Amino acid sequence: MSEPVLRVEDLRVNYDDFIAVETASLSIEEGKIVSVVGLNGAGKSTLMNTIAGLNKPKSGKVFFMGKDITGLPAEKIAACGLSLVPQGGSIFNSMSVQDNLLMGAYPRNARPHAKDALHHVYDLFPVLEEKKKSPAGTLSGGQRQMVAIGRALMTKPACLIFDEISLGLAPAVIKDIYRRIIEINATHHTSILLIEQDTQRALKASESFYVMFKGRVVMSGKSSEADPEELKRAYFGM
Amino acid sequence: MYIAQVITNGILLGSVYALLGLGMTLIFGIVKQTNLAHGVFIVLGAYLSSVLAPVLGIDPIFTLFLTVPLMFLFGFVLQYFLIGKAMQKGNEPALLVTFGLSIILQDAMLLIFTADAQHITAAYSVANFDIFGLKVSVLNVVLFCISLVTIGALWLFLNRTYIGRAIRATSDNPEAASLAGVSVKKIYAIAMGIAMASAAVAGLCVGMKWTFYASSGGSYLLIAFVVVVIGGLGSVPGTLIAGLLFGLAQVIGGANYGLLISYVILLIVLVVKPQGILGKKV
Repeated sequence: MSEPVLRVEDLRVNYDDFIAVETASLSIEEGKIVSVVGLNGAGKSTLMNTIAGLNKPKSGKVFFMGKDITGLPAEKIAACGLSLVPQGGSIFNSMSVQDNLLMGAYPRNARPHAKDALHHVYDLFPVLEEKKKSPAGTLSGGQRQMVAIGRALMTKPACLIFDEISLGLAPAVIKDIYRRIIEINATHHTSILLIEQDTQRALKASESFYVMFKGRVVMSGKSSEADPEELKRAYFGM
Repeated sequence: MYIAQVITNGILLGSVYALLGLGMTLIFGIVKQTNLAHGVFIVLGAYLSSVLAPVLGIDPIFTLFLTVPLMFLFGFVLQYFLIGKAMQKGNEPALLVTFGLSIILQDAMLLIFTADAQHITAAYSVANFDIFGLKVSVLNVVLFCISLVTIGALWLFLNRTYIGRAIRATSDNPEAASLAGVSVKKIYAIAMGIAMASAAVAGLCVGMKWTFYASSGGSYLLIAFVVVVIGGLGSVPGTLIAGLLFGLAQVIGGANYGLLISYVILLIVLVVKPQGILGKKV
């Protein structure tokens, strides 16, 4: 088995005295979709933000494509090809859709391919091309998530992390976005890490899964072989 | 005819007022910081040009080729190593740092250049020409052109380049910008560099238009504040409009009522549209 694209070893994250992630290890192989499920406050988002460089870990290591990226600032990690689509999308509201997408191509190594990447994003989400001149803040929730995904795609990342992409969206929109995510994975062989509260949807989309509870990874396995009873116990910490 | 003359003068003069507020509005909008040293930076720019022009024997305008890069560098270093560090401790420490800086710089300039009045003279300082029956000062037209070019160049930079886009993105959402690969610290330093460079241009303009002293920083800061608040924090086109309004108020009100009219405009804007003419809702 080759070196995984992303490997997290015994990561621990504190906010001052509060332990947000006690210990978490996970890995994702090239071209795979992996999901991380858990309750609100289980530490999923903190873990992802730390992997992406927004928080500094207390201890533990993060390896991306064999390189130690622990504690690097977010902008360096993004330039390496590991992109996080944070919770709520967090787009640039006052800027046009096209400027939002072009921001994704800010890292120097991404700029020469910016035009190609932009066309590709417009192929994936035609509605964004129709609205390319509109301020991103005027878009609907689903379209804002498309902008966030599109921006993350502009660097042609090797690994994409989606943090609760379905939060606050209508079921039909969620279904459409998940279809696109699977399409991205299939056409570019991009490794994808899905953070979800909805276990059913996460298991359906992923090949393997991790369950987090109170800052720990408490269960992992192949999504198709997950035992519903055991999963429920791990999820709720029973 | 009289009205046309007043409006022409007001608009020409107003562009210089817009220039005074330009750097200030950038720092407000991007770094979310009140730069109390901006007035003193403008005076520094004025002194630099007033010293360089006679030494090099060139028209004062060409000193910009030296003062603009120099002041950019100064601003970049200042933000990266000093103000940025203070910002990590909160907004108030950074505010105090800019205040302390203004005192240090002002006293240093007082020491070096003495308290005497200074003026930057050019060959065309007192020349006039007539057009459509209007009497127009050549200097005012030159200053108007410098201001418009500066504001236009800045607007193009912010809207058409990767760095400019990153500056706007950082002002909108710093966390998302860092996830997109932007070093927020560096962007803040570049923004301060640009604000300083604009202070170099503003300094040249006020130095050519009026006499200035080492202690003039406070009055320039006040004008910058008024222009920035009327125009809307962080809006470059808003600053231009506010500057023109301010200029018209000065010319219409003259020495006696000019400031009064501008403050009445400020109050009206604050009541009717508190975010400024082109400001975004917070």
